[in-house]
Order: sequence, then C-alpha cells, then structure tokens
Amino acid sequence: MSSFSVTEPSRRMKSFAAFMVIAYAIITLLPLLWIIATGFKSPSDAIAYPPKIVFEPTLEGYVNLFTTRTRQTAEFLAENPPTTWYEKIVAQYGMVIAGPSRFGERFLNSVIIGFGSTFLSVFLGTLAAYAFSRYRIPLKDDLLFFILSTRMMPPIAVAIPIFLMFRQLGLSDTHAGMILLYTAVNLSLSVWLLKGFIDEIPREYEESALIDGYTRFQAFYKVVLPQAATGIASTAIFCLIFAWNEYAFAVLLTSGQAQTAPPFIPTIIGVGGQDWPAVAAGATIFLVPVMVFTILLRKHLLRGITFGAVRK
Amino acid sequence: MAQIRIDQVRKEFGEFTAVQSSSFTIEDGEFFMLLGPSGCGKTTTLRMMAGLELPTSGEIYIDGEEVGMKPASQRDIAFVFQMFALYPHMNVGKNMGYPLRSQGMSRAETDRRVREVARILDIEHMLDRPVGGLSGGDRQRVALGRAIVREPKAFFMDEPLGALDAEFREHMAEELRALHDRINATTVYVTHDQLEAMQMGDKIVVMNHGVVEQFGKPQEVYDWPATRFVAQFIGSPAMNLMAFDGDVATGSQTIRMGDAPIAIPENRQRASGALSLGVRPEHIGFDDASRYRGKVVAAEYLGTTQIVTIDTPNGQIKARADSTVSVHEGEMLGLTFDPRTLTVFDEEGRALLSSANEGVLGHG
Repeated sequence: MSSFSVTEPSRRMKSFAAFMVIAYAIITLLPLLWIIATGFKSPSDAIAYPPKIVFEPTLEGYVNLFTTRTRQTAEFLAENPPTTWYEKIVAQYGMVIAGPSRFGERFLNSVIIGFGSTFLSVFLGTLAAYAFSRYRIPLKDDLLFFILSTRMMPPIAVAIPIFLMFRQLGLSDTHAGMILLYTAVNLSLSVWLLKGFIDEIPREYEESALIDGYTRFQAFYKVVLPQAATGIASTAIFCLIFAWNEYAFAVLLTSGQAQTAPPFIPTIIGVGGQDWPAVAAGATIFLVPVMVFTILLRKHLLRGITFGAVRK
Repeated sequence: MAQIRIDQVRKEFGEFTAVQSSSFTIEDGEFFMLLGPSGCGKTTTLRMMAGLELPTSGEIYIDGEEVGMKPASQRDIAFVFQMFALYPHMNVGKNMGYPLRSQGMSRAETDRRVREVARILDIEHMLDRPVGGLSGGDRQRVALGRAIVREPKAFFMDEPLGALDAEFREHMAEELRALHDRINATTVYVTHDQLEAMQMGDKIVVMNHGVVEQFGKPQEVYDWPATRFVAQFIGSPAMNLMAFDGDVATGSQTIRMGDAPIAIPENRQRASGALSLGVRPEHIGFDDASRYRGKVVAAEYLGTTQIVTIDTPNGQIKARADSTVSVHEGEMLGLTFDPRTLTVFDEEGRALLSSANEGVLGHG
C-alpha cells in the first residue's frame, strides 16, 4: 500500500494549498468586508480607534445615503414624533428627513450607462470580430493594430480633446454621450477578445448551416453566437467592470443629468460632517450589480461548450 | 439524384492558383472519389461544387443546371465535413433535424424522417443524447444522418473518415459504401488515401498541383496511369519507374534497357530522350534465363507475399513475389516484366499511348 501518486497530491500539499487559498481570500476580501461592516456602523463606531470588530449594527448609514435631512428644534420634534423606523433613527440627532437624496438617480444613471455601453460594446464587438475572423478584409492586420492602439495610452490622456468635442456636440452630461464614450474605450478590448473566441469556432459549423439552407446571418445567429457565448459573457463582464467603475471621465463630463455613482459617492462625505457609514453603504450597494452580473454569467465562463463536439 | 458536371473550372486565391481549369463528369448515382495529396486542389474543387467557394472561372452543372454562382443553400446538396461539424449546442436528434427545420418542415414530419434515417444508421437509441459524449464513429454516423435526412441531389464528403482510428475507418468505409448502394445517391468523396479511393469509388479523379491528372475507374487508373504522378501515387508499393535513355518508335514492341530488349505493348506514340518504364511490383517475375539482371537488396515478408527490393542498372525497384520463392540478400536475379502491363512515360512524365492503354487513355 503506497500512498504515493503522480496525479493525486499528498495530504500535506493539499493542506498547504488550502491554507494559501484561504490566506489569499482573506487578504483580498478584507477591505471589502471592512466596507460592508462600516456601512452598518454608527458614525462614532466607524471612526473609533482601535477599530471596533464587534459593534451594534444600525441602518443609519443607509438612511443617510438615501435621504437629505435638516436640523429641527426639539419642540418641532416633540410635536411631530417620528413614526417610521428611519425617521426615528434621524430623530436621535435632532433631524428630520427633508426628502430623498440623489443617490437613487445616480445609481440608475450608472446602471443605464454601464449596461448600455456594455451591450453596445459587445454587440458591435461581436459583429466586428466575426468580420475580422471570417472575411478577407484589406489591411486587416493594420486595422486590428489600429483598433488596439486606441488602448495604448490611458484613456484619460485624451480627456481635454474629448471634453471639448463633447461640449461642441452637446454630449456633455448626457447618457448618450457617456454610453458612446465607454463603448469607444471598450470596443478595442471587445473586438480583440471576441475575435480570439470566434477564431476558435470552426468554420465548418457555419458552412454546414449554409448548406443546410440558412443565410449567412442566420448561420451567424443560430450557430456562431451560441458557441461564442463563453467569449461574449467574459467580454461583457470586462466591459461592464470598466464602465461601472470609471471615475475620471465621469467627474469631468457629468454633473447634473447623467452623473454616475462613482463621482457621486465621495460627495456624500460633505453632507453633515464626515459620514463614513453613508459612504460605505453607497459603496456596498454599488458593488451589487457587478457581482450579480458576474454570478449570473458565471456558468458561461466555466463551461467549455464546444467540448467534445469537434475532433481536432 | 443528379449528374454533376465540372467544366473548365478554375480557382485562384490571389496569386495562387488552387485549381487549374478542370473538367470531369460525375454520373447519376456514382460514388466518385477526388484523390490527391494535400494541397492538390481536391478540397477546393469539392467546395466549389458545394458553393462554399466561388470559382474564378468555369461552370458547374448539377442536374443540368448551372450553379457556379449560386449560394450553397440553393444547390440542394449535403456536405459531410472531416470534423463532422455537429452543432455542440444541440442533441443528436436536433442535429439531424436541423436542415429539415430550416426548410420549414413541420416538427412531426421532421421527427418521422429523423427516426427513419436513425434506424438505417443504427443510432436510433441515441437521438436524445448530446453530441459531446459520442464516439468518433457515432459522431460520423450522426453527421451522415444529417446529410441523408435531406434527401439531397448529391452528397459531398470531405475526408469523412480522416478523423477516425485506422481500425474503425475500414469498417466505416464498408458501411458508407453499403449505405451508398442502398440509397444510390450521387456521392463525391475527397480523400488523400489511395486505398480508400480504390476500395470505395466507382470512379476516381486524381489531382496534383491543381491539375486533374487522370479520371477513370479504379482499375483503369491503377493499370493504366496517365502520368508518372498517378503511377507513383496509386499502389503500395508504388509503380516502379525505371529510367532509361532511348527512343521508342510508333509500332515498336520492344525497348532497350542497357543491352536487354524488353517487350512492351505495341507503341502508338513516338518519343525519345530520358524515358521511363512503369512496371507494377506484381508484374515482375524472376527467371534466371533473363538477360536483364538485378541484385537483391532486401526482402520484406508480408505473409502470403513478399516485397523484394532489387538494385538494377535502371534504379532500385520493388517486386512483389510469392513468399514461397526464396531470395537472399546480395543474390543476382534474372528479371522478367509482364509485357501486357507495361507503360512507357515520356520526358514530361506522360504515358505514351500503346495498344494496351489507348482504350483507357485515348478518349482523354
């Protein structure tokens, strides 16, 4: 009975690997947990030193995130006692809720612009990648290099020309403008990534469909797209993460109408002192869509769907 | 089912000419082999017939109709790819029914046809399975099934057995031929394997460098190669080509190699210069009385026969002899060549017409 095996790692190696994975997970997740925890602290707990690991959770940060408040006299509060749970939280500080904050609409802007530009980048990217992959295009290599070259400097390097162009074209502070901008930045990534995926799909599938009586577009739609799903999903995640987190252009080009969440969240700090729990609550909510999107597409990322159907 | 005619078809990719004006006719119901080494233009020719490539010039007729510029979907043909091209996101039944659904056939009728074909191919029990887990042979059957359900005018197959294991390939080749005889469909089959071509084909076209070298029944092509290329490509071991300088007059019935006269079929075409004599290994005999002699270099035992490698004044040749004949390395043998089966090739490598091969080569 020998426990030595070529394919099966030893018990000690396995525990070592597990330890490394857990350690890495703790290191990367710690800031995230910190932010999530801070969102549920009271303002004094949030700045306590040494930091409080155990604390009494409160929804104060979330209430502050979604509302604007004004200070009121004790008499006013006595005459109009708070009725709802969130009014009670605010009343402890001698405040009343004046109305909703702008976080909701900023978040909605982020959703519209983030998902809109992701959809456009992936849609246009798939069409372009298919053409680059399948057709004889004059100067194909130069065009591909040109497309990639748009990412050879940080996008913000062209901030001033873009700012002027947007102002001239009336695109400043519009949803369409931001979608256009993020699509332009993401498109090179999406064309290159998707071309790689589509190159991997054997042409025979489309040819088979063409012979079976389908048009080129039907063959693309019914045969190529389902098989490119893995690539499309991962490209979409990359595009969304960029558009969702983008800060510099959002600060520069948006203010009232189309401002996204990233430039808005830091401004929360200024409302009534340093309100760290509200900022943390904003960051926590801001994390959710990308996480949900990634989890939804996860099965496409992990599944190699062409496995076994082609013998190479 | 249909006759297919290729007329002066030519295909260029930029500077490169893949197929140089080729013409041949595939009769209705024939099992037709396009044979040649890789890069010879056979696949390109097939793809032009299928409509996956457009010819640079020339005409393609399917069932009397010129289809050269028509898209593949309007030619009513089926194509079986080497790598099967089964849609990985569909199960076996859906794969087979896909071409029918594209023609707008009802679900019930599609089902009925798929089941019928699945029964013929003996894959009825796997209709609900995903294609991913199937063995190579089963995938090939599914690919064939997808072609058959359409009842197309013709089947085009591009090395359909190329991806299978050698052992299984032979079995599938028999199955394919039996299937063809059963449904009697015009089939064009591309292969680089001369044995496969000989075994399965009613007719063979041999291509090389984009040129049709020869076109005919397997036995005609084997016995009477039109060019040195065909002589060497078909047969295992290949036809021996014995180089000699000389002249062959019209009506001549012998050639001289060294000082030995060798009888040949009556020649019909004058030629001189660096000629070569083509002789199949099985047409070489050993006879001590012969003046033409060679030295045994090696003997390779194959069971009922043996392949004897012999050094001659006109190059090394291989003879196939009964394994009961005893030969020894270094031994000098007198060699005879069956005069009814010899072919003389001219300097350019073309077979000279003779009384023996003019029936096959004379008409083009």
